[in-house]
Amino acid sequence: MNTADYLTLLSALAPEVIVVLTALLVLAVDLLGLQDTPRSYRMSIAAGLTTLGCAGAVGWMFINPTVGNWHGGMLVIDPLNETVKAVILLLTVLTAMLSVDCKFTRHIGEYFALLLLATVGMMLLASTEELLMIFASLELVSLSLYILVAFDKSSRQSAEAAMKYFLFGGMSAAFLLFGFSLLYGLTGTTYVPRMAHKLFSLGPDPLATVALVMVVIGFGFKVAAVPFHLWAPDAYQGAPLPSAAFIASGSKVASFYVFAKVLLLGFSQLGWGDSNNAVSGWIPLLSVIAAISMVLGNLAAIRQTSVRRLLAYSAVAHAGYMLVGFLALGGDAFASMLFYVTTYALTTVGAFGVLGVVESQVGGDQLKDFAGLARRAPVLSACLMVFLLSLAGIPPLAGFFGKFYLFAAALTNDASSLPFLWLIVLGIAMSCVSLYYYLQVLKQVFVVEADANARPIAVPFLVHAVVVLLAAAVILLGCVPGWLLDTIHAAVTEQGW
Amino acid sequence: MLAWTIYLSFAGALACLLTPRANPRATRAMAFSTALAGLVCGLIGAVEFKPENGLEVITNVRWIPALGIDFSLAADGISVTLVLLTGIAAVAGVLFSWNIEHRTNEFFAFFFALIGGVYGVFLSLDLFLLFVFYEIAIVPKYFLIAIWGSTRRDYAAMKLALYSFIGSGMVLIGMLAAYAVSGLASFDLQTLAQHSFAPEFQRWAFPLVFVGFAILAGMWPFHTWAPTGHSAAPTAASMLLAGVVMKLGAYGCLRVAMTLFPEGLKMWQHELAALAVTGIVYGALVALVQKDFKFVIGYSSVSHMGFVLLGLVTLNEIGWSGAVLQMFSHGVIAGLLFGVVGRMVYDRAHTRELDALEGMGLARKMPFAAVTFVIAGFASMGMPGFSGFIAELQVLIGAWQAFPRLAIIAGVGIVIGVVYTLKTTAKVFFPDNAIAVESLDDHEHDHPLEPISVQERLGAALLILCTVLIGLHPRLLLDLIVPSFKSPLFDGLRKVAGL
Repeated sequence: MNTADYLTLLSALAPEVIVVLTALLVLAVDLLGLQDTPRSYRMSIAAGLTTLGCAGAVGWMFINPTVGNWHGGMLVIDPLNETVKAVILLLTVLTAMLSVDCKFTRHIGEYFALLLLATVGMMLLASTEELLMIFASLELVSLSLYILVAFDKSSRQSAEAAMKYFLFGGMSAAFLLFGFSLLYGLTGTTYVPRMAHKLFSLGPDPLATVALVMVVIGFGFKVAAVPFHLWAPDAYQGAPLPSAAFIASGSKVASFYVFAKVLLLGFSQLGWGDSNNAVSGWIPLLSVIAAISMVLGNLAAIRQTSVRRLLAYSAVAHAGYMLVGFLALGGDAFASMLFYVTTYALTTVGAFGVLGVVESQVGGDQLKDFAGLARRAPVLSACLMVFLLSLAGIPPLAGFFGKFYLFAAALTNDASSLPFLWLIVLGIAMSCVSLYYYLQVLKQVFVVEADANARPIAVPFLVHAVVVLLAAAVILLGCVPGWLLDTIHAAVTEQGW
Repeated sequence: MLAWTIYLSFAGALACLLTPRANPRATRAMAFSTALAGLVCGLIGAVEFKPENGLEVITNVRWIPALGIDFSLAADGISVTLVLLTGIAAVAGVLFSWNIEHRTNEFFAFFFALIGGVYGVFLSLDLFLLFVFYEIAIVPKYFLIAIWGSTRRDYAAMKLALYSFIGSGMVLIGMLAAYAVSGLASFDLQTLAQHSFAPEFQRWAFPLVFVGFAILAGMWPFHTWAPTGHSAAPTAASMLLAGVVMKLGAYGCLRVAMTLFPEGLKMWQHELAALAVTGIVYGALVALVQKDFKFVIGYSSVSHMGFVLLGLVTLNEIGWSGAVLQMFSHGVIAGLLFGVVGRMVYDRAHTRELDALEGMGLARKMPFAAVTFVIAGFASMGMPGFSGFIAELQVLIGAWQAFPRLAIIAGVGIVIGVVYTLKTTAKVFFPDNAIAVESLDDHEHDHPLEPISVQERLGAALLILCTVLIGLHPRLLLDLIVPSFKSPLFDGLRKVAGL
């Protein structure tokens, strides 16, 4: 552990600093200079600045690759963290681009500033291994997201969703903090790797199990795993579209990354627990959560007629799949989980992009609003097919390889007894269920004919570009997964996991 | 050369999609040239192929090194046979779907995406690659039926998609487990086949993978997707489903389940043979009482695919080669039958009800269709001189050596096959109470039935030629198929079989 002077710290935190400055700049420019200009102009300026800021942050990380650990793990920078941060920034840029053509608010500067602040929170979350810092950044993310969900002031649904999200979120934060405080009491440290060491030397302790359960509840809410998922469908449905897309993508990536880190680094000794002392570890606990998330998420999605809610329940199910990646301890499993969550986030943003066009042009997100989309917007429909089939896990798309790698990693971990075979059987069975509801959407798009008077849909250029790019990325990452996989794999291996 | 069948089909799918929607003629031309190019590539590949070499590796490129996955394609006589079958079915399928006017470009795009996947499965040497191609074929099937299908198409399309996906899910579990347990960090089929898996592992992994593939081969009691799917599908899709897609399943059983887990086959041999024979007899019996013309053919497919599965589990070479020959033979004959029923009869008479067709006197109205169906029927019954005879005979000989009692029951299945084929032929084309010729015209549309087109004649002629050629000169294919079982891929299987 080493302390650092402000200058070192500033340069280590430069990407975050850049994003914060961008947030302030967006706010200032919009509030001071652009109030009288047309909305589209303000939107473009704000989104442009956001993109520039994020690109600057990525560029900085690319040009000055730093490695270091400051202030007892409060700030940790290594290739893996930087990769995750780059992914988060990319997702922010995509969300900003999807926002440009939305009409839900007049407070454009505030909206983009909050988006960037949430991003900063996620970046900090990715680059810390210290409990207090994790909690503080998590709150920064959450508070920004609550407001982003409520941002459509004209919609009751938006307010209701935000309220629900906030109440559940506040509760889970309390659980998380309680868990953290127990951990601190037990081990006398908030630095996760040292905490793991102390927990190990303490031996099995029921209090550690209580702390563990609290932590799992707290993070389970963030990643929307059953039974902590109840906020997700409402938030997805009520939130303005770009906010929902961001919750489904950027927030997912950051939460899963930090959740995995806390469990794998902090509780590495408590994996299977100790049956002699009636102390159970987190592997059985998470297996059950993963299993019920996969089952409940997929089964509930079948009944949905709103595509947003369908995506929400499918997100719950996918959270279950990603949790499988936790169970197989080890670098491969961690890499597979990161690959999965990254491709999942890209796919979901793409699906939300298409959804946004349908909502604004057809007027709703019900299944029937997608009828005959193939005739009205062929390119968009083809992209939607790519996204949904990738989510269902059809090769050669990214989602398939993600699942495949995840399952392979979970099985190879302990090849003699195959402890997670049942979870994988369940996961594969449930992905058959998921194919059913994704095909229900695609059936509307491709099979059902549009009304006779339905005209071609005018797709905004930026959305079109984003969606097509994402579809291409999903196909490419499925056909040549090595590009992303090798980066993640190298970064994970460097951590020595 | 063989690998080009895959690339050309996918390129053709894209090219068909990009042809203008308003110009179906251009799409058809593109589709026909793609199919023909595939067939020609297959033929050239077959001529160049040297059966005595066993397995010929075509390409082998590292693909995902982290998991030991290669992009490796290879062919043995079995692959070559099935590639030829796919080429023939594709050409015939395009010829029989010449009348598709609705969203023609999308139709052929899905059609060739399916064909490309099928070629890919038959030529993959890497298990992962095989699986990818196997699943690529699922989605086009769904849309072909859901968009261009007929009776209960939504239901049939979804059922087919889910059955296929569940089957492939079972395969996926088995293959991941095999990958993990072997510890070889490789998906190469040859490498995996040479690893001897523990008998306890094979006991559950074999049935999982075998049944997973056999679902698509229409194994009883998982066959129910087949009749509904075949009947709802547009003609070309029925031809492909029965002609090649069911072969995907059987090929997977042979290529993956049996080569990787030979001892598992030995453990489950009798149970699987019993299921296969049940399928033969059950399919034939159910075909006997169907009221819908396409359902008759659909159930007959289940029955004939039972012979393929029976041949596979005999654990002797004559059974295996009979099974592969039956795959080819049934692919051609089923294609022909569905062509007659779906395209020639249904598209003109607008009904498939046997009772309704009975009153139409189709033999006089459509002599070509009648003659084609009679020939196809003979081939399907297993008359000597057609490919079905030699294939089913080999399977029966093989089965006789392994399980004589079941072989006798399977023989009964053939007899029932004769009954339903003759009964249906007589009812549809040569009824006793044919009404006067004047009233035979198309009732709904009030105009004479359109004549059988050149394309239909060509397609039917191609398929008849194949079944007769193989029926009279089976060595054309057997010389390709039989040496394949000598390749190292089948080492474990031969050892278990005591060959």
